[in-house]
Amino acid sequence: MVTPKIAATPARRRSATTTLLIATRKGLWTLQSDESRRAWKLNGPHFLGNVVHHAVLDPRDGRTLLAAARTGHLGPTIFRSSDRGRTWKEASQPPAFKAGSGRTVDHTFWLAPGHASEPGVWYGGTSPQGLFRSIDGGVSWHGVDGFNEHAQRKAWCGGDQDGTPDGPKLHSILIDPRDPAHLYIGMSSGGVFESTAAGADWRPLNRGVRADFLPQPDPEYGHDPHCVRMHPQSPDRLYQQNHCGIYRLDRPSENWMDIGATMPKSVGSIGFPLVLHPHDVDTLWVFPMDGSSVWPRVSPGGRPAVYRSVNGGRTWQRQATGLPASQAWWTVKRQAMTADRAPTVGVYFGTTSGEVWGTRDEGRRWRALARHLPHIYAVEAV
Amino acid sequence: MIVRIPGLLRSYTAGAAIVEVKASAAHPDASPGASVDSVLRELDRRFPGLRFRIIDEQAAVRPHIKLFLDGLLVRDLAHPVKAAAELMIVGALSGG
Repeated sequence: MVTPKIAATPARRRSATTTLLIATRKGLWTLQSDESRRAWKLNGPHFLGNVVHHAVLDPRDGRTLLAAARTGHLGPTIFRSSDRGRTWKEASQPPAFKAGSGRTVDHTFWLAPGHASEPGVWYGGTSPQGLFRSIDGGVSWHGVDGFNEHAQRKAWCGGDQDGTPDGPKLHSILIDPRDPAHLYIGMSSGGVFESTAAGADWRPLNRGVRADFLPQPDPEYGHDPHCVRMHPQSPDRLYQQNHCGIYRLDRPSENWMDIGATMPKSVGSIGFPLVLHPHDVDTLWVFPMDGSSVWPRVSPGGRPAVYRSVNGGRTWQRQATGLPASQAWWTVKRQAMTADRAPTVGVYFGTTSGEVWGTRDEGRRWRALARHLPHIYAVEAV
Repeated sequence: MIVRIPGLLRSYTAGAAIVEVKASAAHPDASPGASVDSVLRELDRRFPGLRFRIIDEQAAVRPHIKLFLDGLLVRDLAHPVKAAAELMIVGALSGG
């Protein structure tokens, strides 16, 4: 089912440049293109030595940048710029659980600007799973009690020590462009959850999604979505790259459709990121990784490749022209793949070995835009 | 008293490695008397944001931070502090 488009997000004019915000284990860099997106200039580092999990530009004003950071020694914080990164100030009240709750934010993992009608509102997802909100552009943050204090939260999330090797995470905070009170979140682990009450209450939304690591055949929650995306023009269309496959959901249906089964068996349907075409609801990209045996989490066979579908996941095409043909054992983390909004979309990803790759023709040819950076956690195109 | 600031926190203290703190100028939230906690709150009043980087929201010293009071490791923020004491904040090994 193809849902109606609610708002035309205009394609960016052809002459505009693209800037990539590259968050790494050792700091933040930017890559800026010329108008043709052929030449790229690397700038940085900002916050050298800080673990930067995510850096995001506010699309509502085009100049407020937030970066989620911590260091090996120091606790988590948020840095904020109101001039596109020329100067930075630290948040006065970073995300933190309530005193006495016994819970401690290890790091802020995901940053999401709020609805267009709510300037200054941001959401943050943390490890372990917590949801936070700022109403002053990221200066001060407060827990969303409807999630953090929910009677079922512990059942949904498991213990704070459960989850991914880098700690359990709340990620993929999605705001319905038609309704600021309609939110989705993803949790590793926990699953996908929906709120229609601006976060005051939540319910699981995982029907049809496998959770091979749980004893129940069809659990209500406890799943491991790696990355969930909502199409900006057709917000009833959701996709997710999960620990157990690739899925699509067309609301108001509540049954996720397995669209990873048509991936080549030798590659599989495991991966971290998933990227949507900004102008076409049926086109998406994934970056598969080896999820066999002990979960090496590297490119299958050492041959990295992007897979694209142009029909909502019914079929997939391998896109590897320009990528290493062998002996390349990196992968791409869940926030480290993105697309720009040019008429012919550019797609970009950062690797665990510190390379940034890009295509200016929707995946037909790839080339390295930067090398020798630290382990890349997130790439955002602005 | 003096507080020795490690390099990783000197962005908060304008580069100062040693900060003098009047133990008697304890933050009103800290009672009774001067304690490690009151010293850290006074530091945070002067250098906003510093405390949360080393003390978490449950009032525990973060895992890779160590506090030495007159050379002795302290983890209890209620530990009393004398006016002539020296508090040393250390970023311990965190690796990688």
